[in-house]
Amino acid sequence: MKNVSRILPMYTADTSGVCSALYELGGMTVIHDASGCNSTYTTHDEPRWYDKRSMMFISALTEMDAIMGNDEKLILDCVSAAEDLHPAFIALCGSPMPMMTGVDFEAIASEIRERTGIPTFGLHTNGTLPYISGASQAFAAIVREYVRRVPKREGFGVNVLGMTPLDFPLGAEVSVKKWLEANNMEPVCNLGMGSTLEDVKQMTSARANLVVSETGVEAAEYLRRYFDMPYVFGVPAGRGFAGKLAGLLRSASKEAAVLPEECLAYGEAADTVVIGEGVYGASLCAALHEDLGINARLLCPLPAEDIFYSHTNNTCLYAEEDIEAFLQSTRPAAVIADPLYKFIIPAGTRHIPLPHLAFSGRSFQRSIPNLINTEIKEYFK
Amino acid sequence: MFKALESVKYKKPPFILLRDADRKALFESGLEYNAPARGVWNIVHMGLLVPEGHQVYVCAQGCLRGVALTVAETDQMDRLSWVSLSEEDMFDGTLESDVVDGVAEVIEKLPGRPRCVLIFLSCMHLFAGADYEVILDQLREQFPDIDFVDCYMTPTMRETFSPTVWLTKRMYSLVRPLPLNERSVSIIGCERETDAESELVKIIRENGFTLRDINYCKTYDEFMLLGESALNISYLPTALAGNSELSERTGARALHLPNSFDYSVLRENYTRLCEALNIGLPDLSGCEARAEAALSKAMSALSDIPVAIDFTAVTRPFELALMLSRHGFNVRYLIADSVGEDAAAFEMLRAEQPEIKLFSSVNVNMFSAAGEQSEPVLAIGQKAAWFFTTDNFVDIVSNGGLYGYEGIVKLCALMEDAFYNPKDRRTVIQQKGWGCSCNAQI
Repeated sequence: MKNVSRILPMYTADTSGVCSALYELGGMTVIHDASGCNSTYTTHDEPRWYDKRSMMFISALTEMDAIMGNDEKLILDCVSAAEDLHPAFIALCGSPMPMMTGVDFEAIASEIRERTGIPTFGLHTNGTLPYISGASQAFAAIVREYVRRVPKREGFGVNVLGMTPLDFPLGAEVSVKKWLEANNMEPVCNLGMGSTLEDVKQMTSARANLVVSETGVEAAEYLRRYFDMPYVFGVPAGRGFAGKLAGLLRSASKEAAVLPEECLAYGEAADTVVIGEGVYGASLCAALHEDLGINARLLCPLPAEDIFYSHTNNTCLYAEEDIEAFLQSTRPAAVIADPLYKFIIPAGTRHIPLPHLAFSGRSFQRSIPNLINTEIKEYFK
Repeated sequence: MFKALESVKYKKPPFILLRDADRKALFESGLEYNAPARGVWNIVHMGLLVPEGHQVYVCAQGCLRGVALTVAETDQMDRLSWVSLSEEDMFDGTLESDVVDGVAEVIEKLPGRPRCVLIFLSCMHLFAGADYEVILDQLREQFPDIDFVDCYMTPTMRETFSPTVWLTKRMYSLVRPLPLNERSVSIIGCERETDAESELVKIIRENGFTLRDINYCKTYDEFMLLGESALNISYLPTALAGNSELSERTGARALHLPNSFDYSVLRENYTRLCEALNIGLPDLSGCEARAEAALSKAMSALSDIPVAIDFTAVTRPFELALMLSRHGFNVRYLIADSVGEDAAAFEMLRAEQPEIKLFSSVNVNMFSAAGEQSEPVLAIGQKAAWFFTTDNFVDIVSNGGLYGYEGIVKLCALMEDAFYNPKDRRTVIQQKGWGCSCNAQI
C-alpha cells in the first residue's frame, strides 16, 4: 500500500511548512489543532525555536469546540493574543480535525482582520499533505499581501524564493547572498530566511527571482504574472553549476520559468541516485556532474513540477515500497539521501548521507552541509 | 523573566499571584505556546516499554511525524510503523479496511513476528465513527499468534481522558489474568523504575515479595506475569485508571499510593501497603528524620535563592512547594496550568504563601519570557529552567522515579547539586523523553 511505511519516517506536513516559511516575518501563526502539530513542529522541524522567538501557536482545540463548531472561540483567542502581542500579520492554518468539521479559515481570517485591523489570511492545510504545500501557500500569501510595485534598483537585484530550514541549513541565506554579490547581483529579499517584511515590500525592485525549492514556485509565478518578474530554478550548489546558474539568472526572460539544462541532463547514464526535494536535488545532480563528473539521477518523493520526475518515469515515487523497488531495480552504485533512508538502500550500494531536516528532523541537523557555492568534493568523495 | 512580563499589562496575563488563583480554572484558555523543554514522555516512549511489541500509528502525516521521529531519536525505528490517512480516506468507506490492510502489510514485512501490536488510532477515526471492533476482530483472525490492542492518539479528546491515561489503560489491558500469587506485587503505570532505595520498594522486597514492573520486563512473557500479582500499586495520577481496570480484570487488589511530599500521606501510604501485604509497619521515624535532615542541609546550602517549581518535575508541585516553604525555602515561583491531585496543598499554600507568583506554561505571552536571566533562580523542572533562564536546575520529570521519604532525601540532594553545578540547559531540556537515549543533534 502506498500509504504504509514499515520503517521510514515521513516528510513533514503542510502545517510545519507554513510555520517555517513565516517564522522570521514578524507575524503570528496559529495552527487550529489540539496539541501535536505545534510540538512536532517546534521540536523536530524548527531549528530556530530555542534561540529566536516567533509567534507560533496552536488553538488548543478541544473535543467540544470541534463538535460544536465553536469558531468564535478561535476568533476571540486570536484577537486577544493579537492585542497582547501586536503581530504584523496573522496566519491561520488547519489540521486534520478542522478538515473533518469543515472549518472555513478564510471566513475566520476575514473576521479577525475586521476586528483587529491586522492583515490576516487563512491557509488550506490539513496535516495530510507534505510541507511543500503549506510553505508554498504561505510564501504566496505573503507576496500577495505585501508586494507592490516599487522602482527598480540600479543594480541587478535578485530575490530568493523558497528557502526555509526544512530544506536548507541555517547559514544558507548568508551563503546565497554572498554568491549573488560575488556575481555582481544585489540580494533584495530572501523570503523565508534572513529577510523581513520590509524586504518583502521591496521585492519588485529586483529584476529576477531565484527559486531554490518547490515551495517558492507559487510566489514566483505570482510575481511573474503580475509584476513581469522572470524566475530561474536552481540552488547554486558547488562551483561550476553555481557559476552557470548566475549567468542564467542574469539573462532570465520574463516569458517563462527557466530550469538550467544541466539539472536533469545526465540521468540516462547515471550510476548515482539523489533522493530529495526537486529543485535542490536537481541542482545537486548538476553540481555533481559539473564539479565531479558524476552522473546522477533524481528521485523526488515530494510534490514538484512534472519535470522533476523525469528520471523516475515521470512518476512521483513517494511510498516506501516504490522507492525501495526503484533502488532494487536500478541498483545504483551510490545513493545520496538522508541518513534515515539507510534502511532501504540495497546491499552493495553505497549510501552517502545528506541530512534533510524536512525528513529526519533535528536528528542530524548539525551535519547538514551547506553546499552553496562551495567545494563539494570533500563531501561526496 | 518575571521583570519582562511584569512591565506589561496583558489582556490574558501569563501569571497571577497565588492568592488570586481559582484552583478550578487557574488561567483563562486561549492560544497556546510550546516551550522547548521536551523531557516529558509521550505515548511512543510509553508504548516502547511493552517488550517485543510493535507500534503502528494510523493517522495524518502531520501527527505521524512526531511519533516517527521520537523512535528515530532513540534508535528504535524498527519498533514502529505507520499508515497515513488522507482526506479521501475519510469519505470513501475504507477507513476500517485501510487499518486492517495496512497493519497486515506491516506485519508481513517485519523481519520477525511481534508478540503484540499496539494500533494507535487517531482523532480522525473517532470523529468518523470508525468501528474498532471490526478492525481488531479481522486482525486477530488473520494473526492469531499476535495480541492486538487498540490505542489512541487523540489529543482533541484530552478533556475526557488524556492520551497518557488512555495508553496506560490500553497497555495493561494486554495482561491476562493468571492464578493470583499472594507473594507477587506489581507497580503499574510508571515510565521508569521506582528507586530501589525507596521505602516502597524496600518494604516489598525485604519482606520476600516478588516485585514486578513493566520496566523490569525484558520479554513479553515476563510482562504477562504481571497477571499473577495479587496486589497492584500505582502512584502516578496517570496510572490510577489503568491500575483499577487491570486489577478488576485479574482479581488483584488495587492500591493507589500517591507520591506525596506530606509525611502524613506517606505514613498512611505505608500503613495501607503493609496492611495489604499483611506485614507489620516498619518504624518510619528514622526515614522521616533523614528527610528532615536533608531538607535542613539543602536549606543551609540554598539559603534564600528564589526557587521555581514546574508541574512537569513532580506530580504534586503545590505539595512540594508547601513542604519547601514550610522548611524555610524561598519558593517564589510556580509553573502550572491546572491543579491535580494536590488540591488540598494548593489551598494551604495559597493561604500561607499568597505572594507566590503562579505562571501558565502555555499562555501566549510566555513565548517571550525566556531570555536574559533577571535574577538567580534555582529551578525544579525543565520548564522552570527554560522560563527562568537558569542553568541551575533539577532535571527530573514526573518525580524521576523518586518516592517517599527517600525521594525527599534524594530530591534535596539534587537541589543542592543543581545549586552548585550548572547544567547544559540547551542540550538537557531539549532531549525528548527524560531518561531515554537521544541521538538527536540538539
